[in-house]
Amino acid sequence: MATLNVLVGVSLIYVAFLFAVAFAAERSAARGRGSWLRSPLVYTLSLSIYCTAWTFYGAVGYAARSGLEFVTIYLGPSLVMIGWWWGLRKLVRIGRTQRITSVADLISSRYGKSNILAIVVTVMAVIGVTPYIALQLQSVTTSISIFAGPSHAEDAFNQIGSGFWVAFGLALFTLLFGTRSLNANERHYGVVIAIACEAIVKLIALLAVGVFVVWGLGGGVQETLARIDNSEIGTLQLDRSRWMALTFLSGAAFLCLPRMFQVLVVENDNERQLHIASWAFPIYLMLMSLFVVPIAVMGLDLLPEGSNPDLFVLTVPLAEGREGLAILSFLGGFSSATSMVIVATLALATMVSNHVVMPIWLSTQGEGATVSGDVRNVVIFARRASILGIIALGFFYYRFSGGGAALAAIGLISFVGVAQFLPAMLGGMFWRGATRVGALAGLLCGFSVWIFCLLLPSFGPDVLLSASVFDRGLLGLSWLRPHALFGTAGMDPTVHAFVWSMTLNTAALVVGSLLSFPTPLERLQGAQFANVFDRSGETRAWHSSVATSEDLMIMTQRILGAEEAQQLFRSEAREQGLDGELPDPSPGFLLRLERELAASVGAATAHAMIGQLAGGSNVSVEDLMAVADESAQILEYSNRLEAKSAELARTARQLREANEKLTALSVQKDAFLGQISHELRTPMTSIRSFSEILRDTDGLTAAEKTRYASIIHGEAIRLTRLLDDLLDLSVLENGQVSLNIEQGNLSELLDKAIVTTEAGGKKGLDIQRRRLDEVVQITTDLDRLGQVFINLITNAQKYCDAAAPKLVIQVVDEGPNLAVAFTDNGTPIPQSARTVIFEKFSRINDKDGSGAGLGLSICREIMSRLGGDITYHPVSNGNCFVVHLPPAEAMAAQ
Amino acid sequence: MTETVRPSVFLERRSYRLRRLMDALRVLPVAGLMLWMFPLFWPIEASEDVALRSLSEAVIYVFVIWFFLIAAGAILWFALDGRAGTPRAQAEPDDD
Repeated sequence: MATLNVLVGVSLIYVAFLFAVAFAAERSAARGRGSWLRSPLVYTLSLSIYCTAWTFYGAVGYAARSGLEFVTIYLGPSLVMIGWWWGLRKLVRIGRTQRITSVADLISSRYGKSNILAIVVTVMAVIGVTPYIALQLQSVTTSISIFAGPSHAEDAFNQIGSGFWVAFGLALFTLLFGTRSLNANERHYGVVIAIACEAIVKLIALLAVGVFVVWGLGGGVQETLARIDNSEIGTLQLDRSRWMALTFLSGAAFLCLPRMFQVLVVENDNERQLHIASWAFPIYLMLMSLFVVPIAVMGLDLLPEGSNPDLFVLTVPLAEGREGLAILSFLGGFSSATSMVIVATLALATMVSNHVVMPIWLSTQGEGATVSGDVRNVVIFARRASILGIIALGFFYYRFSGGGAALAAIGLISFVGVAQFLPAMLGGMFWRGATRVGALAGLLCGFSVWIFCLLLPSFGPDVLLSASVFDRGLLGLSWLRPHALFGTAGMDPTVHAFVWSMTLNTAALVVGSLLSFPTPLERLQGAQFANVFDRSGETRAWHSSVATSEDLMIMTQRILGAEEAQQLFRSEAREQGLDGELPDPSPGFLLRLERELAASVGAATAHAMIGQLAGGSNVSVEDLMAVADESAQILEYSNRLEAKSAELARTARQLREANEKLTALSVQKDAFLGQISHELRTPMTSIRSFSEILRDTDGLTAAEKTRYASIIHGEAIRLTRLLDDLLDLSVLENGQVSLNIEQGNLSELLDKAIVTTEAGGKKGLDIQRRRLDEVVQITTDLDRLGQVFINLITNAQKYCDAAAPKLVIQVVDEGPNLAVAFTDNGTPIPQSARTVIFEKFSRINDKDGSGAGLGLSICREIMSRLGGDITYHPVSNGNCFVVHLPPAEAMAAQ
Repeated sequence: MTETVRPSVFLERRSYRLRRLMDALRVLPVAGLMLWMFPLFWPIEASEDVALRSLSEAVIYVFVIWFFLIAAGAILWFALDGRAGTPRAQAEPDDD
């Protein structure tokens, strides 16, 4: 009795220590100093919840009954971990990118975010795992009763009572640390670190007992090996079918158990954790099983016939009077049981609240996502209620099953049950063709076989299944006997159920998928899952402008909480380059939002909620196209490359053109500089020579003096004009010009321009006009516009090299505006020169060198100041300059 | 950007080595499975010339394979971790 008190005391201290560690970890993570919590070591240790009390105590019992076979339970997971590159890597990547919260969420999300599938998986998981939780409670209470000694054996209530307190403590812990944050995708640091501590305790406990047995009792390795061979299990009795099937089964269960999925995928932070755990976790498993056989053999040798081999880990040290070691061993078993219950409950509660409670609650609200009020409290309440419900379920199962032998067998039965998720899971990950109908058929098929062949018969004949069903089959059909389905009698019941359930499950999945046709969303999700590694971008997008940011904000606040929601929206708005608090409801944002919500309430619910606001989950034609073609990804990528290369080519061409233009300009400028110095020099030279003649020569006649002075005057005028032009242009270009807006008649303006040009014209230019069209009132700076006309007519005079030069002036109606076209019959400007004719100093076949190349660029500057434009159009045998008059000033013809 | 459309036939020695290490990583679980399934071929009934395996032999067989698989996995990790682009952290303390 004294031992029992010590035991209870030590257990309470240990539990208090776990609470403290979990609390410290949460605080440290909250302060942002939790990077060590994400270390691969902690991740590896948290995987150890695979080793439950069933394996801690049960493995020794298993070994005592059937020799080496116990090790298959560890071989399967070891292979899965060592082969992480094949399956786990993809699973973990999918879990992270899709923000998966549970195994039910994974399957539902893959098959078109179907809530029916999620519910089916959740129900299956609860049925499969609840007895397993009961088993853990049983193991703790049984091990306590060992310490209580035979005097307390009659007090059955004591066991049930202690079972209740254990369950209560576990529920409290899970509530405290499992539902602190709503986001199931966030790491539960407190829980994980507590599990890691428990992992170390149970490993040390088992190793301590093992070392004590081998070196303390056995007398060394050689002696222990000899003792093993001399024991009653000394020769290898291998059941071949079980050896093979159980290895596969444990590997499958390792992936599918909700609690394993929680620590393996949901709590995973990066791929490196997984890579290290791929060899570190097998070390853990190996050490956990290293001393199992020696302990079993020693127990069989030392303890009286008929003692329970499942408790050898405790009873061997106790029989040798090592109470301290026994208490350590008890703590190991206690750790195994509690860590399993905590994580399993957490995983199941997430599934139940996300996939069962929330959808039902939302549908009873009628208005769905648009209902007012904070959903957060509902979700947290649902999760807490689920935790209590599941632990209560486990406790009642334990209470009413009486804790007998039926429970001991539940470990493998539970494994076969959850292994039914494997085909839907792997099929979804690796085969794009798997459909919801197929998955549903497979799951239901496998699950019914499991219930009929393994779960119901496990209670024994005439408990839930009548003995006649065992003998003659269901409904008297002999091929429906639970242990001999389709006449396969003589198989081991577990292997029989495993093989048949998995075969029928897979077959139903394949056939159902081949016969059914997936919805667009299913196909999209299938493509995203199967191609998670080469996914170039999001193929799925919401296509709707129905959702307003305000609606989305209200909904998000109710799920994530006001602060987180505002933060999310603000960061998105910043990414979109907006100033305010609310981002545009772009497809990308809706997708991001859906993922964030999915982390809190599961994929199916989040999808439904967004769908209600975004106006239905329409899948666009582009989306369909993307899945219709198996090579859509490659196509899309190559399209993007093509677009990019076209863009590059375009830019290169533009650059080349710009470069050509610049080169041409530079050449012209050089030419002009030469020209302008020549221009300035020629008049200067004649001015200088004639002024010298005037100064130095005596006896000039008056006529000669006048002639020379006129020459000087003419040259000075030429210089002035050149400088005027340059000045004009620079004034125009700098925008310092002030416009003198007045009203006038276009016809009169043209008359004036023609008169001006004819005054200085050298040769006769035949100017043709249609005066009727020209009777238009215009309001603009008439002097400037006249200057443009003069320049154009002068150019025609100068450069039109036709035998009979001709200029046609036409007024063209350009819709709202008017334009005046000046078309001559000279040699067209060569293609190469067309881009630069409006540039300064550009001169084309300037024979007499009288022009400075400024006229057209002055014209363009003037027109742009006036709000119009001037363009060049090549015609078949001539040149056409079109002056586009500014819109407002061009008045309708009178 | 991804690889070129037509990857060249010959790889640099370093990346060739890297790929073979990845191959080893992929083969490892298959080798482990085959070795662990090997006891299926052991005799289950004793005859004059074939004795049954003793339990200690079987235990040693299973654990030796286990040890080598773990060692190979750990060595591959050390070989690949630095080169796969991820910064190699301090060596993790092993459990054993």
